[in-house]
Amino acid sequence: MDILSAICSPVVLCQILMGLSRTVILFIVASGLSLILGVLRIPNIAHGSLYMIGAFMAYTVSRLFGGGIAGYWMAVLLAPLGVALLSFVVERGIFSRVYDREHIMLFLLTFAFVLVFGDLVKMVWGAEYRTVPIPPFFQGAIPILGMRFPIYNFFLLLMGPLVAILLYLLVNKTKMGKISRAAAVDMEMVAGVGINVSRVFCSVFVIGCFLAGLGGALVAPIVNVSLGMDHTLIMEAFLIVIIGGLGNIWGALLGSLIFGLTQSLGILIWPQFGIVLPYAAVIVVLSFRPTGLLRSTW
Amino acid sequence: METANYKYVIFALVIAAIFAVAPFSLPRFYVYLIALIVTTGLLSTSLNFVLGFGGIYQFHHAVFYGVGAYGAAVMIMKLNYNPWIGFIVGPLAAAFLSLVIGLICIRLSKLYFGMLQISLGSLVWAIVYRWYTFTGGDDGIHGISVPPILESPIGSYYFTLIVVALSLFIMYRILKAPFGSILQGIRDNVVRSQAIGVNVRRHQLIAIVIAGFFAGVAGVLFVVVDNSVFPDMMFWTLSLEITIMALVGGWYTFLGPMLGAAIIVLLRTFVSTMTEYWALALGLVLLLVILFLPEGVLGKVFEIWRERGLGRTGEAERTKGTDYA
Repeated sequence: MDILSAICSPVVLCQILMGLSRTVILFIVASGLSLILGVLRIPNIAHGSLYMIGAFMAYTVSRLFGGGIAGYWMAVLLAPLGVALLSFVVERGIFSRVYDREHIMLFLLTFAFVLVFGDLVKMVWGAEYRTVPIPPFFQGAIPILGMRFPIYNFFLLLMGPLVAILLYLLVNKTKMGKISRAAAVDMEMVAGVGINVSRVFCSVFVIGCFLAGLGGALVAPIVNVSLGMDHTLIMEAFLIVIIGGLGNIWGALLGSLIFGLTQSLGILIWPQFGIVLPYAAVIVVLSFRPTGLLRSTW
Repeated sequence: METANYKYVIFALVIAAIFAVAPFSLPRFYVYLIALIVTTGLLSTSLNFVLGFGGIYQFHHAVFYGVGAYGAAVMIMKLNYNPWIGFIVGPLAAAFLSLVIGLICIRLSKLYFGMLQISLGSLVWAIVYRWYTFTGGDDGIHGISVPPILESPIGSYYFTLIVVALSLFIMYRILKAPFGSILQGIRDNVVRSQAIGVNVRRHQLIAIVIAGFFAGVAGVLFVVVDNSVFPDMMFWTLSLEITIMALVGGWYTFLGPMLGAAIIVLLRTFVSTMTEYWALALGLVLLLVILFLPEGVLGKVFEIWRERGLGRTGEAERTKGTDYA
């Protein structure tokens, strides 16, 4: 009874809701990573950098449109598009030429972009913190059982399912999604029936990177936008993709849930080392299911 | 064959002589730099031991370097043990940690292994980063007391050099021993190795522990050279930097990572004096190497030698093409 009442306490409930809004960001970023990993088989460690660039672009765009509601929506729309454009250039310029290399070469190639993007951000935006204002519409908090829960996080809770549904429709209901799923399983066969695989790869890469940018733009109002925000996030995204099953979008959702909830509850239980809890969860999951909870696409 | 060995001995003696007289003819900064290069080179070589020769995607190798250094630093500064004991505990701690992480990751294959390994390594980093009372948090530990004989730059230089040479020799012997051949066999074809009765996971785990141990040795040497430790020593970007060193020097060659470490450390030293955008420069170098010189400098040299019929086709010097999965 004691435990039950503890779980139902407002503090824990609020923390769970916070964990869920964190889950949304993790899911949006990790699903993009998973998509690229599943179809192109690139462990894109620069995905975190794109997330960071998305956040910085959101800052610039919202400043450009003078903050407020218009600035915010333009930021959420334009920043991911900017990231997508950047990724398009990179994919066509470099990645499309090296798909046949070993995984480790591709991995190191993406690390080259971590270095380059990191310094480019430093050049363009400087090394100091930036903050994106929460639009007036989303400011404030709503009371839940005596605790105050920020409205913006509620908005994030709505965005998560929305992105998941759109992604589901894109992957399962559109022709491009079907082709990309086929390409993930057998690229040569897809090429054999006369489909331009290179173009499919490019679109998947760009969509994946768009999601990284979207994650960055959505998270910008509630964190300090700074250099180095990519470093921790990409490790979390890697773990999520691993426990979910490589290339499986629902796996990414499940992994994000596990990660976000254990993270937020871990901080509640043990403030200093709560960060250990999600990792412990990952180790438990992997000792029972070494290739992730859901079926990986390769 | 006799003459070839004779040549190599002369070559080795000349190199040894150059290193031996270096501290008397170079400014102090360069002595420090050489010590730093051989330390980093040892770290990169130990990575190449698992990555290049074992085919194991050990993406986060620097964590063992950091744990080796922190193990020594904590023993000396926080627990007040004799520095020599700290120097022994450091590598052992690194070897133990590599066993633990290895046991968790070993069931996964290739990329899964690498991604989990890098994530678990960053967990270790996060713990070190937050555990202020024990590890000094983000400040690290500075002014670590070392044995009197190592306090002078020349003393630490020679100590570093001797330990690195000894470590390289041991790793080289291991790779030349039957164990090394089995390891490379596993790298080239896991299924066939299993079919002839090789316990693949056990061999890979042993290789991981050996590499972790020598990474820890490199960490201790960093303590000797720099008298300080800080969390960046086990951040994942450093791991990828030493992977770049191995790549630039040449994977599948034994001395490649050492050469790569020299190239990258020197490049960093001189680029950093000109611009603050060192990472950008490193990224561009990496990009060019991957696109145009994927076999690395030493790999390319051996390739050219072989084309001209000059080189030996020894196992350790053999360069391999792509695709060994």
